[in-house]
Amino acid sequence: MKIHEYQAKQLMAARGIPVPQGVVATTVDQAVAAVRPLVEETGNPVVVVKSQIHAGGRGKGRFREHPDLGGVNVVTAGIDGGIAAVEDKVRELATKMLGSTLETIQTGSEGKTVNTLYIEQGIDIAEELYLSVLLDRASSRNIVMASSEGGTEIEVVAAETPDKILKEEIDSAHGLLAFQAARLAHGLGLEGDALRNGAKFVQALSVAAVELDADMIEINPLVVTTDGRVMALDGKMSFEANALYRHPDVMGMRDVSEEDPAEAAATEHGLSFIKLDGTIGCMVNGAGLAMATMDIIKFFGAEPANFLDVGGGATADKITEAFKLITADPNVKGILVNIFGGIMKCDTIAEGVVEAVGEVGLEVPLVVRLEGTNVELGKRIIDESGLNVVNAADMKDGANKIVELTS
Amino acid sequence: MSILINADTKVLVQGMGRTGRFHTDKAIAYGTQMVGAVHPSKAGTVEKYTGETDHSGVAGRPDTYDVDVPIYRSVAEAKDATGATTSVVYVPPPFAADAIMEAAEAGLELVICITEGIPVADMVKAKRYLEDGSTRLVGPNCPGVITPGECKIGIMPGYIHQPGRIGVVSRSGTLTYEAVYQLTTIGLGQTTAVGIGGDPVNGTNFVDVLSLFNADPATEGVIMIGEIGGTAEEEAAAWIGEHMTKPVSGFIAGTTAPPGKRMGHAGAIISGGMGTADAKISALLEAGVTIAPTPSDLGSAMVEAMG
Repeated sequence: MKIHEYQAKQLMAARGIPVPQGVVATTVDQAVAAVRPLVEETGNPVVVVKSQIHAGGRGKGRFREHPDLGGVNVVTAGIDGGIAAVEDKVRELATKMLGSTLETIQTGSEGKTVNTLYIEQGIDIAEELYLSVLLDRASSRNIVMASSEGGTEIEVVAAETPDKILKEEIDSAHGLLAFQAARLAHGLGLEGDALRNGAKFVQALSVAAVELDADMIEINPLVVTTDGRVMALDGKMSFEANALYRHPDVMGMRDVSEEDPAEAAATEHGLSFIKLDGTIGCMVNGAGLAMATMDIIKFFGAEPANFLDVGGGATADKITEAFKLITADPNVKGILVNIFGGIMKCDTIAEGVVEAVGEVGLEVPLVVRLEGTNVELGKRIIDESGLNVVNAADMKDGANKIVELTS
Repeated sequence: MSILINADTKVLVQGMGRTGRFHTDKAIAYGTQMVGAVHPSKAGTVEKYTGETDHSGVAGRPDTYDVDVPIYRSVAEAKDATGATTSVVYVPPPFAADAIMEAAEAGLELVICITEGIPVADMVKAKRYLEDGSTRLVGPNCPGVITPGECKIGIMPGYIHQPGRIGVVSRSGTLTYEAVYQLTTIGLGQTTAVGIGGDPVNGTNFVDVLSLFNADPATEGVIMIGEIGGTAEEEAAAWIGEHMTKPVSGFIAGTTAPPGKRMGHAGAIISGGMGTADAKISALLEAGVTIAPTPSDLGSAMVEAMG
């Protein structure tokens, strides 16, 4: 689960990790009202108006409705014009940004609607760095990763200048040790106050990541201010679904408007569903087989419309829900059901399919491949149902048939 | 011959809920020696299992079975009382990592964890804990391990298997069934089939299982089934290139998976351009592995690899 930048900063601030001061706004008036207290409290006339969406690349992104406007805007009007000038500019920006669609490299051409702004104090930046905490799958440990190349995507740094990436392992028995944090801060070239503050920041962030069960925390950029402070100028956090049950505070930060409605509905019914752009809907048991079913559709020259794993214990109800999800997509021209029933019996699946078709209706070709326990019984149920369903001998046959029937 | 488990393997169950009891019954029907279970509040009682024998399993048994499975307070107690060397974990996700560590502390040789949905942080801790001992973990989030005709531990359907010559190792349950079923159909059968699980942090990896199959005289070839996410397949490819003396065929799921999305399995995600199916396939091809273009070709790819 992803959260917004301002929420990540709230979680950090609550753990003593330095972040700039900011105010959340969902209306133009709230945005304008945020300006005066912020400027007065920080003594800095510069404020930044940041779009809050679950995607990166906001600064370089552009609004569909305002092609010359980026997703993150620095307001410097206050340097000469005072607070009133800042308020005017923030009003103008917020009016344009709220409710508009921001397209970034990560959102693609679909873009994302900006419903929330974060009005943040300006920071006098001396240096931009990169810092993240994430799982290193090869070692099965969490690691802290840092680079002096702040502001640049870490994948680019990794590809072009891999020697600029520093890593420290977090041992789950005793956490990141002070000397490891100091080694990272040294490696980033920090000195004096910045060195001390940087090491402290790294250690606090590693503790927060473990405590919060964060999947990944990425601070890009992490900035050193002109007076030697170290703070998170941006902050991205994502959380592992399996551990959310022990973090109700984080769960409360879920923004359903950022999620695909079909995927969210699937989760409600215990289905694993991902919407794709193709025309062949598929319903499969098992994640590996579901992925391979998408692949085999492509192998025969068509594109899958979705990933859908109904799991090991699918009931007729679940199958009906799965059918609803698939048929709700207007792009779907045909459906492939691919089941290898192990513990799950093929006759149960067949009954579920017949019931689902009865309830949801069927306007596109349907190919069913059943294998495993009670397969003959399952095929008979399909045959005797009188529905326009094509049986397939195996997975390859099924994929071939559905692609032929839809092309 | 086989790897990891055989007819002599004595098995404990950790997690005697509905799922645990269901699969304990299936395992007993198959002929697996289920010698005890761990449940702190039911310790001292006995679970009774009766039913019709699954004749696709251990040969030469009567048509029905009637087995008592005694319940113990702890893994250590159960191990002492029964001589078990292996446990299977069906404990719910919040408590599963603890169950794994308890089994390790008791000194079991092998722990097979079926549970799906264990928090990653818990598995990071459990894996660190296992480093200090000699217990081997298979899984979590896996179908289990089966040596056909001898011992079935986990949730796989027994009857699709057949004692034979090929080792199978996979991150996916249902794709393992595809491979196994084809091997059975074409008469090659399996020595042992190992599901290593779909989680990002797991115990036994491809390289571990490949080296066991390489050393097992009965195994004549290996099918390995990987998927997007992580670098375990690339590591396997490097190991195969250097050490493997037996033919290997394989399949990688997720060629069409979009980056940044978890494809059902917690570990199946392409992040930052890493973990793509294409990278894995080319590493395996370079190591001399015969890649099946679709899962329906897993059996024929093995035949081709064996020459």
